[in-house]
Amino acid sequence: MKKPTTTPAAPRQRSRATPRESTDAEAAIEVRAVRRSDLDRVIDLDATVTGLEKRKYWLSVYRRYGSGTHDAQQFLVALVHGHVVGFVIGEVRDWEFGSQPCGWVFAIDVDPQARLAGVGTQLLQAISARFQRIGVRKLRTIVALENTLILSFFRAQGMMAGPLIALEMDLEP
Amino acid sequence: MRLQKNTSLALYSVLEFARTPERHIAAAEIAEKYDISAHHLAKVLAELARSGLLASVRGAGGGYRFTGNAKRLTLMDIIQMFEDFGDSAAAAAAPQSGPVEAALGLVLSEIDENARATFKSITLATMLRLVERQQAGTAASRSTP
Repeated sequence: MKKPTTTPAAPRQRSRATPRESTDAEAAIEVRAVRRSDLDRVIDLDATVTGLEKRKYWLSVYRRYGSGTHDAQQFLVALVHGHVVGFVIGEVRDWEFGSQPCGWVFAIDVDPQARLAGVGTQLLQAISARFQRIGVRKLRTIVALENTLILSFFRAQGMMAGPLIALEMDLEP
Repeated sequence: MRLQKNTSLALYSVLEFARTPERHIAAAEIAEKYDISAHHLAKVLAELARSGLLASVRGAGGGYRFTGNAKRLTLMDIIQMFEDFGDSAAAAAAPQSGPVEAALGLVLSEIDENARATFKSITLATMLRLVERQQAGTAASRSTP
């Protein structure tokens, strides 16, 4: 599961930046299912934020989540004036980690130039609504401890620490 | 985990002020609400004022008002004004310590890192929304027969 890649609502250079409230600009934001023609823009956006272009990875993500035929798998994009400015990807996982079926957000990203306008908020609300429609009542994500910006974003959306804890260990080569 | 008394007082106070930034609130009002020493609170408020988060207003109807940015200020910003957070792990993992102390230091570091990340990620604005949700939850549970 890919961890959320960056904050969807705050400039990266502002170490204490946090998402702002919704603004009038939100009226111009459209959120819909991803299309194949959006993929180059998604790849560019991810490369801009992470510094790595991962075309092969994104093609596989698109094949898995971009069909739009499975309600439990969502790959949504946000557009402003018809231009893709952000995306969110998530899916419903059943009975994993001993928990009831819940929606997992595993990637969310917003163009740095389009942040602070509620794009991330709308993306999260849109994916939440789609999961709610199929009976999901819990949304989860995993965020790197040092990623204060995206932690702040999810906190501002109302997320709290869940009952799970992430663990890891090194494996000898 | 426990925060030092001054830190807790600062957090209570800042949240009170940030909730109604346009209002001047007397120290005595906060002291009464939280049942704390007005003398003790005055020192904390003076420190918050020195840091620029509060402005003092003299005269009748005076007190303090919030001058910070609730969407930017995090709980960690306030905490660090009153205590060094995360010293326990550093102390346990001091260079001269043995393997037991080092192992304990690792565990304490885990806890500290989680706490630090949490405090750094929660702004006053987020905290105020959390307070509102708590109030709504309390009101709902009271109205449920």
